[in-house]
Amino acid sequence: MTSLEPISELKLEGITKRFPGVLACDGITLDVRRGEVLALVGENGAGKTTLMNIIMGLYRPDSGTISVNGEVVQFRAPGDAYARGIGMVHQHFMLVPNMTVAENLAMGLKDLHHFMRLDIKGAAKKIREVSERYELPVNPDAYIWQLSVGEQQRVELVKTLCLGARLLILDEPTSALTPQETDDLIERLQRMASELAIIFISHKLNEVKALSDRVSILRHGAVVFNGHTANHEPSELAALMTGHEVTLPRNEGSGGQGTPLLSVRQLRVRGDRGNLALDGLDLELRAGEVLGVAGVSGNGQREFADALAGLRPVESGEILFQGRNLANNTPRQIIDSGMGYVPEDRQTEGIVPSFSVKDNLILKDFASKQFSRLSYLSRKEIDRNAEQLKERFDIRCPSTSTATGSLSGGNIQKVILAREIARGPKALVAVYPTRGIDMGAQEFIHSQLLERRREGIGIILISEELEEVMNLSDRIAVIYKGRILKVLPAVEATRERLGILMAGLTDTDPPPAAGAPSIPAAGAAHE
Amino acid sequence: MNKQKVIFGGTVIIAVSLVAALLVALVLLAIGASPLATYKTILTGPLSDLFGVTEVLVRSVPLLLVGLGIAISFRSGILNIGAEGQIQMGVLAATATALALPHLSKGFLLPLVLLAGALGGAIWGGIAGWLRARLQVNEILSTVMLNYIAAQIHTFLLRGPMLDPNELETGSGTPQSMRLPDASFLDQIVPGTRLHTGLILALVAALLVWVLLWKTTLGYRMRAAGAGAKAARYAGIPVERYLIIAMLLAGGFAGLAGAVEVTGVHHRAIEGISSGYGFAGIVVALFGMLHPGGIIPSSVFFGILLIGADMTQRSARVPANMVLVLQGVIILAIVSGQSFLRNPYAQERLMRWLAGLAPWLFKSKKGVQP
Ligand SMILES: Nc1ncnc2c1ncn2[C@@H]1O[C@H](COP(=O)(O)OP(=O)(O)O)[C@@H](O)[C@H]1O
Ligand SMILES: [Mg+2]
Repeated sequence: MTSLEPISELKLEGITKRFPGVLACDGITLDVRRGEVLALVGENGAGKTTLMNIIMGLYRPDSGTISVNGEVVQFRAPGDAYARGIGMVHQHFMLVPNMTVAENLAMGLKDLHHFMRLDIKGAAKKIREVSERYELPVNPDAYIWQLSVGEQQRVELVKTLCLGARLLILDEPTSALTPQETDDLIERLQRMASELAIIFISHKLNEVKALSDRVSILRHGAVVFNGHTANHEPSELAALMTGHEVTLPRNEGSGGQGTPLLSVRQLRVRGDRGNLALDGLDLELRAGEVLGVAGVSGNGQREFADALAGLRPVESGEILFQGRNLANNTPRQIIDSGMGYVPEDRQTEGIVPSFSVKDNLILKDFASKQFSRLSYLSRKEIDRNAEQLKERFDIRCPSTSTATGSLSGGNIQKVILAREIARGPKALVAVYPTRGIDMGAQEFIHSQLLERRREGIGIILISEELEEVMNLSDRIAVIYKGRILKVLPAVEATRERLGILMAGLTDTDPPPAAGAPSIPAAGAAHE
Repeated sequence: MNKQKVIFGGTVIIAVSLVAALLVALVLLAIGASPLATYKTILTGPLSDLFGVTEVLVRSVPLLLVGLGIAISFRSGILNIGAEGQIQMGVLAATATALALPHLSKGFLLPLVLLAGALGGAIWGGIAGWLRARLQVNEILSTVMLNYIAAQIHTFLLRGPMLDPNELETGSGTPQSMRLPDASFLDQIVPGTRLHTGLILALVAALLVWVLLWKTTLGYRMRAAGAGAKAARYAGIPVERYLIIAMLLAGGFAGLAGAVEVTGVHHRAIEGISSGYGFAGIVVALFGMLHPGGIIPSSVFFGILLIGADMTQRSARVPANMVLVLQGVIILAIVSGQSFLRNPYAQERLMRWLAGLAPWLFKSKKGVQP
């Protein structure tokens, strides 16, 4: 648009930003040039988003300078940054759901504002141009609410490019995407990178490895590492990011021999659009095992989890839990029977965001004898419980009175896990438990799950991350179009084999190499 | 952390009030009145003598009661716009009960009448709650419609079955009920004024609502249902049930306000007895941040505005309806202020600006860390 000259270099020097009680950015020096992808990694709370907001002019730094093409600039609002060719896709999308793609763009593009009229056609034209040029297919006339998360992500990219950005800041663009959508995005970004400069924020190191030229690691607001991505192993980067060696724990046992705990028989459940989302699903969970449910999301995982929690009517079939049929019981009855649940959408299903951490920790038990007397809440006990769980589950919050919704995803998940585990369940259903969560928290959550398994709890782990499923499970069930296509012992699972099954192709026999159940041929070797 | 929140919240509230006052000043200018003189009359007039003060409190009693009910419903995630109708049903139920049992002693009759009023309002609110919980009928629509129905019932009864026979024979035919038996009256607190013990009742109610919402499991359930319906459902709380309970309580408080107006002020049911308290109560509740501790001062403030507006009508020739304009503007200002309160970028910018303006505000914490 009004860019003076195309952006060729962005340089930050000594950027410092203090929030009350937190040093969010501590003298950060960085630079990124045209034609390269800089990965910015760090755990939740490391200061990545704050730093990017400073670049965009949303926050002003306490000290430090930003320069574009060698000239010092001071942005007061995102519009100033766009004028110099810098644009950002925020972690939480900023699209209006009941408007079309073109309308969303037209709102932000001053050129299209004519007297009393928005030039929607002009916006659509511009979108087509940009989406063709950068190979980012989007339909300008589609309504945002009709689009999948991955498509919305593309719309955000196109919008940012239409607004004139040639340096793209992508704040955790993959945290809400499925693995398939993630691969697609990374591929597209790779193709775009030659003409643009990209700052790519993530804490998934395989993505960083795949995409970036250079990597900078942020810890507690300071840059602790700068280097060329190709020269460093993910494990090395992980250690720098977390400040200690990270080894995601593995399930070394071969369970599946415990007593049967939960058996699901011929379960049929309808989805939101009235379709049969589960069409005769059979599954058996034993005590002391982790049963992974792998599948491309949208194959009935959500409906399965909902039915197990009593939140979706069961049309036919049984959910036998310790001999009792829980199908169509109320959520309360199911909770009381000893089922724990870590829901898919932690922000809205797992917690009440405006409630304090301590209040969320009693969300299922506030009426129990422990936390209330004569329907009067026992605040002392609630506080004590919260302090204890905060300690035990390493929940990082300023205090247990903090609003839970303001915590990072990893810490919210720890609150939920703490609540569910402290109730002493016999079975636990965990749906995408580490989606979008940083490595430190992920490591913690995984080891918690495995520890519960050792104590004899049966765990159903619904996930689309094959790594996670293969690491944690005793047995893996592949879900496809509302049925379990196959259940196989985790030791026989390989990425390839699961991938084939998840695509709906039945493999008849284990691959020849795994005739003896030793270490799988292409599986993650772990020494 | 918290200190910053308080400073920020306080600044936003002050700004909201100033903006509202400014906008209304423009309207006043447009109708040819002097904003300064009008504001002076409104804010100082009512409090210049004991009578004024008691009248302010007389107004704030129904505002407080209604506001408490509104707070319960809003906190439970249901937007009750129907307090006006619920008040009228409370008035009718209270009046009918008092007239039907004239020989009961005060110790029995007064509580019974107040209870009847609360029950009348509760039923009216409960209908809307039930419609929403069971049939997904939008509560804003249903409560507004129920307001019309209540108003018609009220008018019909006062002009027909409940009309005072004396009015028919000797009077002018004013639509009003018979005078209630003395045993159903709330006592006066200050002799010679209209201030009655309903004030104490309302203050106790405020305390009870606070205990209910923040100290009991029922309040916890209602707030969870309101602040995160989905999560509440996942946690086994039957959200629909608490929507109904919240509306029963909200209606009950509005009905009680109606009963208090009958037994404390008018001593009979008259037309226009709710005089907009049902709508003003919404503003009172929002201005009081949906918390009893805020709603008490907020109800007094709006009591001042109501009395002040009457005074300006007489002294400054500004129509008393200007209060409605002010109420509307305040709602708009509050709602915009709240979205501002949630915006962290705005917060950062304002704090930076304040820090430049008044560094002493931030003295304590600065420079602790190296
Ligand atoms: N508006 C704010 N007010 C106060 N503290 C904030 C604000 N925004 C971020 N923080 C704090 O700054 C730190 C860095 O946060 P952030 O930049 O969001 O981290 P990241 O994006 O790396 O996860 C965190 O400790 C966070 O709590
Ligand atoms: Mg972030």
